[in-house]
Amino acid sequence: MSTPLDDLFVKVRAENRAALIAYIPAGFPTIEGCKKVIQAFVEGGVDAIEIGFPYSDPVMDGPTIQAAADQSLSQGTNAADVFDALKVATDSGVPAVVMTYWNPIEKYGVEKFAQSIAANGGSGVITPDLTIEESAGWKSAVEKSEINPIYVVAPSTSAQRLPQVTSRCGGFVYAASLMGVTGTRSSVSSGAPDLVARIRETTDLPIGVGLGVSTREQAKGVAGYADGVIVGSAFIKAMQDATNEAEGLKSVRELAQQLSLGVREGR
Amino acid sequence: MTTLDEIAGHFGQYGGRFVPEALIGALEELDAARIKAQTDPTFIAELAALHRTYTGRPSALTEAKRFAEHAGGARILLKREDLNHTGSHKINNVLGQALLTKRMGKKRIIAETGAGQHGVASATAAALMGLECVVYMGEEDTRRQALNVARMKLLGAEVIPVTSGSRTLKDAINEAMRDWVTNVETTHYMLGTVAGPHPFPSMVRDFHKIIGEESREQVLALTGKLPTAVLACVGGGSNAIGIFHRFISDPEVRLIGLEAAGDGVETGRHAATITGGSPGVLHGNRTYVLQDENGQTIESHSISAGLDYPGVGPEHAYLHDIGRAEYRAITDAQAMHAFALLCKTEGIIPAIETAHALAGALQIGNELGPEAILLINLSGRGDKDVQTAAQYFGIPL
Repeated sequence: MSTPLDDLFVKVRAENRAALIAYIPAGFPTIEGCKKVIQAFVEGGVDAIEIGFPYSDPVMDGPTIQAAADQSLSQGTNAADVFDALKVATDSGVPAVVMTYWNPIEKYGVEKFAQSIAANGGSGVITPDLTIEESAGWKSAVEKSEINPIYVVAPSTSAQRLPQVTSRCGGFVYAASLMGVTGTRSSVSSGAPDLVARIRETTDLPIGVGLGVSTREQAKGVAGYADGVIVGSAFIKAMQDATNEAEGLKSVRELAQQLSLGVREGR
Repeated sequence: MTTLDEIAGHFGQYGGRFVPEALIGALEELDAARIKAQTDPTFIAELAALHRTYTGRPSALTEAKRFAEHAGGARILLKREDLNHTGSHKINNVLGQALLTKRMGKKRIIAETGAGQHGVASATAAALMGLECVVYMGEEDTRRQALNVARMKLLGAEVIPVTSGSRTLKDAINEAMRDWVTNVETTHYMLGTVAGPHPFPSMVRDFHKIIGEESREQVLALTGKLPTAVLACVGGGSNAIGIFHRFISDPEVRLIGLEAAGDGVETGRHAATITGGSPGVLHGNRTYVLQDENGQTIESHSISAGLDYPGVGPEHAYLHDIGRAEYRAITDAQAMHAFALLCKTEGIIPAIETAHALAGALQIGNELGPEAILLINLSGRGDKDVQTAAQYFGIPL
């Protein structure tokens, strides 16, 4: 069985372009405001949405997403809010996944978490701190719920280890373009094309590139060699920098429009 | 009980690796380096020489007879890790890791610190071996432990106050992990406790197990017997695992860890992770964690910065579950009572962390009576805590 995310990548490959994948933490800027950001994503033309499960100890995230997670958690965002946000995204007809550190999954119940993803129309889960060595329980849970397990690989992932990780992935492989945490950067790492090429040798799965993408030009560049362009911090900054929510939503929509042009210009 | 040892970095269901993929290569490199070093005569000799000529090992065993009068008359034997260079057990681990850093060809170390003891030890080892050193310390802790901040700076380290989250040890670890993810090619993360992803819990334990090895011989030489119980304070748990480890295969010896109950475990304002937490994942390993129903880490509270941590080493979680070690919680008030008592009965100012173990000794001594021999890890000296203690006892500064 294929997920909406799988179908999306079939479609964008046929269109010879990359998909734009947008990230927002559930409960940011507020629980209701997050749903409006999702709406702005859809209106701006994003192809898929990542809903972040805000976590108290996000070691893969830079200051922008940390601040967003703190703001969300201070309003009491919980698992139910994450699944609500996921449902808002999937109800709008856009494939959506959840990105979460491992402990919230373990606390919620591994099988139950996978079931709740599926029940809310979600296609999969990105797990940035779940190593393949610790993933036995998760593997059987995602198989049972027929959702995509999306693991992150890094430039430092060895040639020997790379196929072990990518063979566990479904939906797409998340390529972290550089050694570092999330956040916007003036340029996307020059190591990213090389990493994508190394991943291609191990799998036919689509490859999404994240970490550091914030502009149309960068999206265009990444779309030249990757199947998906993942943007997170830039959208959060657009909300943080705005003087009010309406203005922030407008910026998000415009940024999404720009980026969605970028992912069509890469080839 | 050799089966107690880790299997692929796990202690029963605990331990393991829950980290960004970017760190796997560095963890494997470190694991290979430490395994190779364990049997390398050159490494063993270098570390032994540093212990002897730099740290001042073996550390003394002191019988605390006047303190014992308050502990049901039990014999109280103090393993004097406070007499080590830099004033705590932390030096054992950093010298080992600094030697490994050089062997891996890395020039920069980063470290987290709570009370500042591990930061000072890391800065010391870095100065000794010519390594660049950056220490992450919660802003709240830089205030509580200003003296140690100055010590680190004198030793040439850069101290970065961490302003995220609760601004204490857990957030300093998060920030150090972020640095490591970014600079892993040039940098070694000198983690200061028996937590974190594999191989840290095993490696840090192995660098501290000398505490138990020495004190087991010292207690036997002094009393002709093994101790009835071995006591140590537990935050992350490095001094405790260090003194416990050699005794794990002596089933008649009780192993007792003393956690920080802060205002009392029932108040929710505490750092007693095993007593008041539940299994989860934090900082790269599965262990007991203070967490809410959504798996978010709950901020810990303790008068002792070094115990103010919402996780605990995975080997302690395992020793607890299989019943080989017991864990009790000591309130701030109980710890400060024991702190003052040791000062006045023995002329030793202990670290407030260590005072939790001393408070445990008062309890256990009174439970067991004069026949008992209690070995206590006097893990650190209290110079850094003079200001906190003076405030607590109303001594004008």
